[in-house]
Amino acid sequence: MAEFEDGEALLRAARAAREQGYRRMEAYTPFPVEGLPEVLSVRGRRLPLIVLGGGLVGGATGLLLQWYAAAVNYPFNVGGRPHASWPAFIPVTFELTILVAALSAVLGMFALNGLPQPYHPVFNVAEFSAASRDRFFLCIEATDPRFDLQETRAFLETLGARGVFEVEP
Amino acid sequence: MPQQQHADGPAPVIAPGYTYATVTDKISAIVLTRRTPRWWFVGAALMFALVMLLLYAVAYLLLRGVGIWGVNIPVGWGFAIINFVWWIGIGHAGTLISAILLLLRQEWRTSINRFAEAMTLFAVACAGLFPLLHLGRPQLFYWLLPYPNTMGLWPQWRSPLVWDVFAVGTYATVSLMFWYVGLIPDLATLRDRSQHRLAQVIYGFLAMGWRNAASHWQRYQTAYYLLAALATPLVVSVHSVVGLDFAAGLIPGWHSTIFPPYFVAGAIFSGFAMVMTIAIPLRRVFGLEDFITMRHLNNMAKVMLATGLIVAYGYLIEIFTAWYSGNQFEWYMTVNRMLGPYAPAYWLMIGANVVVPQLFWSRRVRRHVPALLVISIIVNVGMWLERFIIVVTSLHRDFIPAAWGMYVPTRWDWALYVGTIGLFFALLFLFVRLLPAISIFEMRELVAESERHGEAHPAPRAGEAV
Repeated sequence: MAEFEDGEALLRAARAAREQGYRRMEAYTPFPVEGLPEVLSVRGRRLPLIVLGGGLVGGATGLLLQWYAAAVNYPFNVGGRPHASWPAFIPVTFELTILVAALSAVLGMFALNGLPQPYHPVFNVAEFSAASRDRFFLCIEATDPRFDLQETRAFLETLGARGVFEVEP
Repeated sequence: MPQQQHADGPAPVIAPGYTYATVTDKISAIVLTRRTPRWWFVGAALMFALVMLLLYAVAYLLLRGVGIWGVNIPVGWGFAIINFVWWIGIGHAGTLISAILLLLRQEWRTSINRFAEAMTLFAVACAGLFPLLHLGRPQLFYWLLPYPNTMGLWPQWRSPLVWDVFAVGTYATVSLMFWYVGLIPDLATLRDRSQHRLAQVIYGFLAMGWRNAASHWQRYQTAYYLLAALATPLVVSVHSVVGLDFAAGLIPGWHSTIFPPYFVAGAIFSGFAMVMTIAIPLRRVFGLEDFITMRHLNNMAKVMLATGLIVAYGYLIEIFTAWYSGNQFEWYMTVNRMLGPYAPAYWLMIGANVVVPQLFWSRRVRRHVPALLVISIIVNVGMWLERFIIVVTSLHRDFIPAAWGMYVPTRWDWALYVGTIGLFFALLFLFVRLLPAISIFEMRELVAESERHGEAHPAPRAGEAV
């Protein structure tokens, strides 16, 4: 794991590591750095689909629930209005669409990120606590086929890092 | 005089000279290391005393029933609904700032979004009490929810009061999630920066193991933007549904198609007034003038002016359509508002919501902090009066003169109202002490952005004309 002073340096380092053939790596930054997910080839196409699905489920449930309750299960004359009075069903349908979509956005994000996960090996590096303040880290994982403790360490040191640390599992 | 606008870019939203480390330290220090100021204890004690008043008023209400309030047969909706609409309206500015301004990429939202969202949550918490408490039999509130029950009954889907349950429930849930998701990286910062073992454990628990990984940030941002995109129609719909509580009725003064958009504009108007009322003391006592700059206050004043004009237009159209309708009940309702027994409230409302905000046209007023504070408090009062006018003057004299009456709030109405103000500020006091009042990671992002801008425009900004 290498520590950098700013996002630009990290971005350059990540590109260099990619050119070297490293694939299993992760960067840690105090805020989202533009362009970094592309370099690390992180794809994020699943979450919007999950949210869309959640919204559709919520909306369909809302509309069907109201229709079933008011027109099928217990039809009841309220103020002389028709049983399936669909305009009056729109507000609840809408709110449930938003509710389920928002829930799936948050829970989907947690699930895809594997949160909550209180323990992770990167926390073993004492300097890593600065990742939430002003330091940028690039971590090459030992599972990478090109990983070699000495070689990778030497490579990271060529990138102009402030420090290179070994992450205890 | 604060710096004028740059030719290519707006004035900075953060004072120069900050780095990632200093913004982080400055904001987290308020929570972690700085000594709790004496005024915090004084203020919090005062507000908790009001919470006790609230609990007392609620307990007495549950014991004796809604008859302890001033509501009667023509005016069935008194303070409970007025305060409900008022509090919900206040909440809306928080969502506007955090969601709509995010979608519009207004970077000046960054330093005010966190406490504006907190304000939303606490205002919704206060608002949520009223619809429950004003039920004659509050213990049966759950009958408003659709669940399979042995009675075989369902809620009445055509009632805006049932829509309210869904709208406010969704609004509270989504606002809470939006706020919490926004907090996670900052909770991780607090976890990493705190020295206390207990604080580390608590913040660490709440941060859920957030480790600032780039792939996590990617999904995080997607989720955050999607939430913002969902919260934007939500906020519009919630106050529209609240508007429909009235507009779906037949009462002159209520049955008005303009209500949904006009209520939303009023909500944003009053909400920004409350954000301003909180932001001005907050930046002063915590020394956050570098983060909540004059540009923020200036922009908020402009938003208040814009929405205030929409509200004023709403008043005008209400009067015009009442006249244009040729309906004697509608016209009498208008005359009664202006000249009837509640006329002083009407004219005070016009003064507070239409006349006073016009001062915001002046740049000097928009940059004068005490004036901003005073005007925003006046607007809060004016918007409370607006709801009073809509609820009470429409009900107390409508179709049948034999059913005319007056509504005089009792001390229990007032106790409950003042109590919720106490609850709101008590929660706010706890919030500023325990959680970062300004989003730390978004401020770091802002620092990064202003550095990039610095490279783009190497010429110093100071001294450059308009």
